[in-house]
Amino acid sequence: MAEHGGTLRAYRSLLGAQARSQTAYRTSFVVDLVGNLGATVFDVVTVLVIFGVTRQLGGFTLRETLVVVGLSTGGFAAADLLVGNIERLPQYVRTGLFDAVLVRPLAALPQLLLMDLPLRKVSRAVFGLAVLGFALASAGIDWTPGRVALAVVAPPAAVVFFASVFVTTATVSFYWVDSGELANSVTYGGRDFTAYPITVYGGWFRALFAYGMGFAFVSYHPALALLGRADPLGLPPWVGWAAPGVALVAATVAALAWRVGIRHYRSTGS
Amino acid sequence: MGSVTATVAPPTDAHVTPWFRTFGAIVAAGFRRHATYRQVAVAGLVTNTVFGFLRCYIFLAATDAAGRVAGYDRAQLATFVWAGQGLLAVIAIWGWTELAHRIRTGDVATDLLRPVHPVTSYLAADLGRAGFAALARLVPPLVVGPLFFAVHVPRHAATVPLFLLSVVLAVVVCFGCRYLVNATAYWLQDVRGPMILWTLGSGVLAGLYFPLGFLPGPLEATLRYATPFPSILQVPLDVLVERESTATGVGLVGLQLVWAVLLLALCRLVQRRAERRLVVQGG
Repeated sequence: MAEHGGTLRAYRSLLGAQARSQTAYRTSFVVDLVGNLGATVFDVVTVLVIFGVTRQLGGFTLRETLVVVGLSTGGFAAADLLVGNIERLPQYVRTGLFDAVLVRPLAALPQLLLMDLPLRKVSRAVFGLAVLGFALASAGIDWTPGRVALAVVAPPAAVVFFASVFVTTATVSFYWVDSGELANSVTYGGRDFTAYPITVYGGWFRALFAYGMGFAFVSYHPALALLGRADPLGLPPWVGWAAPGVALVAATVAALAWRVGIRHYRSTGS
Repeated sequence: MGSVTATVAPPTDAHVTPWFRTFGAIVAAGFRRHATYRQVAVAGLVTNTVFGFLRCYIFLAATDAAGRVAGYDRAQLATFVWAGQGLLAVIAIWGWTELAHRIRTGDVATDLLRPVHPVTSYLAADLGRAGFAALARLVPPLVVGPLFFAVHVPRHAATVPLFLLSVVLAVVVCFGCRYLVNATAYWLQDVRGPMILWTLGSGVLAGLYFPLGFLPGPLEATLRYATPFPSILQVPLDVLVERESTATGVGLVGLQLVWAVLLLALCRLVQRRAERRLVVQGG
């Protein structure tokens, strides 16, 4: 028990040191907060601009699409805040910093996440959740107890799913050091993919991202269930409820990938 | 074409040929340096391809019953997106922090000792990098896009050379902007803030997130004529898809030229001001 407390204390002091160092340069920190907010704001603005030139997208109105956007943006921003930093893993591997992490008497993953927890991304997560709140309130949803429950579990499921994607894709750098951008194609590609109704995509590309990687269960299917709309692509309504299950599967895959990756890890020797 | 730096007297040699030789050598070095990182190029290509699919499908979904939106038809939109994904790497819109890093660490002192003006030498290296990117990053999306989408093939003979010229100018304009952002490190040390503002502003205002034609007319016109951002992406793409007449295209490329000259002049001015106050830290 005492040892457990010691571990927690170590994590806490890591986090505290991070918070102090990041807020030391106050102006930079504020600009960072605003800048990070801007990135997410522009993602939403892009959706609004597109709806400025069309009344519907893939058969969905702006209000319906905003529910999809809210689930995607809120989920991604929160996951990015919590574990997004793992995308720096290739740097840690290349510079040898990862060796130092491994020899410390703490688990590697939490250390990495706390070593540079991006507090500046707080603004982004708050905005994302605000968009979700607005979308849910304005989409004219016919609230039933079931839908309330789904509105409560779907966002955390999206967070877990995106967090799993971050971790899984980062492990590629254990095998391929310069893989940074490769991971981006799935993490940020997945974010953009989930920000629109999947009916806008076509062919094998949709099949790959939506069901091959499971991104359809992050925002599209839960949004359909919340809105009470039948899936134009023909899947039954209960699929919207699969979100938490899919998130759990993703988390399991991420945990496995991380373990296998760590075992495979060989120092770059620098 | 001499160079003025804080520590080295301007060379009295006025011959142009050696200057071109030096410039060419730096360009070649920039090309070779980036040609070394092939894994990075392949990883970047995969990302560009994924985003090519995403943006293409999304914009195509916004077209009306006649298959048009904001003055583009479906084929033009597809070309706009796929060529845009390739250009992104050629202009290196994001991620260049080398100068800022060298300013913070003091390594920039070495650059100032060289007999070539820092703006000139960094521009040369960047053109070399862009040359490699044009081969490794621009060509593949132009090949992949047409495999999955109907694309726009230029109708006028003048379009292709005009597009190539426009791309070169886009690289110079983008370089100028990036140099200025990096140069804020002379005053701020930590450039994360300006860098984020640049990353945000450039993506939206250059026409990457959506073609600027999606915006209301007056807003698009203001961006087009009063800011350098469309010159780094939207203009070359509009030239390639022949959104407007060739004459308009020539006018837009002329506007790019104006921005390129203005920005390079501003870079030199900022560099000169910075050298007056620069204190290289450390031993």
